Amino acid sequence: MNRGVDGVALGVFVALFLIVTVIGFLAARWRRAADLMHLDEWGLGGRSFGTFITWFLLGGDLYTAYTFIAVPALVFGAGAVGFFAVPYTVIVYPIIFVFLPRLWSVSHRHGYVTPADFVRNRFDSRALALAVAVTGILATMPYIALQLVGIQVVLDVMGLGGGAGGGPIAHHLPLIVAFGILAAYTYSSGLRAPALIAFVKDALIYLVIAVAIIYIPHQVGGWAHIFDAASKHLAAVNPKTGKPFGSLAIAPAGRWAYGSLALGSALALFMYPHCITAVLSTRDRNVVRRNAAMLPAYSLVLGLIALLGYMAVAAGVKPAGGNAQLAVPELFNTMFPSWFAGVAFAAIGIGALVPAAIMAIAAANLFTRNVYREFLRPGATPAEEARVSKIASLVVKFGALVFVIGLDKSFAINLQLLGGIWILQTFPAIVFGLYSRWFHRFALLAGWAAAMAYGTVVAYGVPVPGRPGSHFGGPTATVPILGQKAYIALTAFALNVVVVVVLTAVFRASHVPAGTDGTVVDDYVADAGDVDLRELPGLLDVTEEAPAVTNRTTSPGR
Amino acid sequence: MGGSGKGRKPWAARGVIGLLLLAPVVALLWVPSYTRVRPRLFGFPFFYWYQLAWVIVGAACLAGAYVLTIRLERQQRRAR
Repeated sequence: MNRGVDGVALGVFVALFLIVTVIGFLAARWRRAADLMHLDEWGLGGRSFGTFITWFLLGGDLYTAYTFIAVPALVFGAGAVGFFAVPYTVIVYPIIFVFLPRLWSVSHRHGYVTPADFVRNRFDSRALALAVAVTGILATMPYIALQLVGIQVVLDVMGLGGGAGGGPIAHHLPLIVAFGILAAYTYSSGLRAPALIAFVKDALIYLVIAVAIIYIPHQVGGWAHIFDAASKHLAAVNPKTGKPFGSLAIAPAGRWAYGSLALGSALALFMYPHCITAVLSTRDRNVVRRNAAMLPAYSLVLGLIALLGYMAVAAGVKPAGGNAQLAVPELFNTMFPSWFAGVAFAAIGIGALVPAAIMAIAAANLFTRNVYREFLRPGATPAEEARVSKIASLVVKFGALVFVIGLDKSFAINLQLLGGIWILQTFPAIVFGLYSRWFHRFALLAGWAAAMAYGTVVAYGVPVPGRPGSHFGGPTATVPILGQKAYIALTAFALNVVVVVVLTAVFRASHVPAGTDGTVVDDYVADAGDVDLRELPGLLDVTEEAPAVTNRTTSPGR
Repeated sequence: MGGSGKGRKPWAARGVIGLLLLAPVVALLWVPSYTRVRPRLFGFPFFYWYQLAWVIVGAACLAGAYVLTIRLERQQRRAR
């Protein structure tokens, strides 16, 4: 729909966008490092962020444009199932509370920049590390694209290049400009840029949500009315599928899907390179733990944002072309005065920039450390690594742009869920690896390959509701044996674990070389400022569980 | 408080930490326990306010687990 450009809303949007741009470039001077041409600086912000900054950085990283567009869009279109984002973002914190401190410690000791660095050193397998790195890059690309979709939706609603007219270039020009600016300041400032911009983003989002959940229910007749209207709407029959749109609570047939979506997404979240990047940029071991207790503040906001979908129903929003993604921006457009709609749109737009920047950095770090340095230039200097990473971050962003201009955007959430299927398959190598060296590197590789293949094939076979024969129609499929519909990622993960365990037993029994472990037990509980006990010869018997201590000099980054 | 601590058993603390971390996961994965509309609260169907309440309860559980974990790790460091 192209109802013309709202000058006031657009003015506010552009002004806020410009402020953020300036901040992005100035960030290079913030907590200035002696030398920005080092991955620890450009890619991890100097590994110096404390609890406060990390809260904003992780908040900006985890709760993305996906939050503001796709979750309420799903609630708007299908009801209760879209609310899975809430249990997902509650159970993720106990999970990360347990394993991330160990990953932080071992990474701190050995100077790992990526999760694949850890896998390489722990399991002594270049192939397994490459699998982890490539999976990370593959899963991150659609996730960055999703952020672009978020910006595009907002631009459309503001009347910039919306509709079909004007050709593909004119349609996407504002998006290309926005992303070009983002690419430029990420290139020059690295992780410091999104860390600083996250403050603005979160301030805007908390403001918009606070206003929205007080003002809009007041305007449309209260919460009870909102849920009643939603209930009536969801019970109506969807002409496309011949079934009701959804329900206000999960129907018995959907329980497995709901629970498995929450669990699978929660397990997958911190396998994403951008989440691990933010974690590794922290100053000490307990910053992550403190944040696990403080980040649920965002989950509460996410729950309220999800309910914006119902508010849109109650307010009678009819998004152009039935595109549910437009529901919330349209709601803001209808309910808010122009200037505040501009603020709300800026919140979404900037909310896409922060994670997009971190994701590009994380993907670039993976490429640099685990492809370029590992296979192309083993002797790369830190300055060369930083240079390659900066260029790779540009390539990744360009790739995401092509991805989004070339693909069907109808359900952005499914793109992210497809990435989720893949990324969860790196869980055994990374998380099991943090606790035990029992697992065999080739078994981990085989489990990963089997699960990737299974997940992709099954996801491909899911038709879009009401369109038999179509593909990638949703995140759930019937689980063999169980007979219930569940999140494909979790089913693939179960297959992964079975393969890993069985083959590990086989390989161990047949004495297939397991490689040497570059880490010791003590590495997993180390904290900043600890004396490295291995540096005091004779004090500790470091050969315990680490047959090849001499291998230490080859550990990445040190 | 010496290395052993007065009556502080690490396994007991670990058990409590484990329970605090497990509670929100189990509660929210047990979908049939909350997928209904009534009773409503401030107009919110049960399904919604119950899960939102778990966001707050879950954060409190994690805060508790954090305090206990820090204490436990400090003891262990001292004991080493």
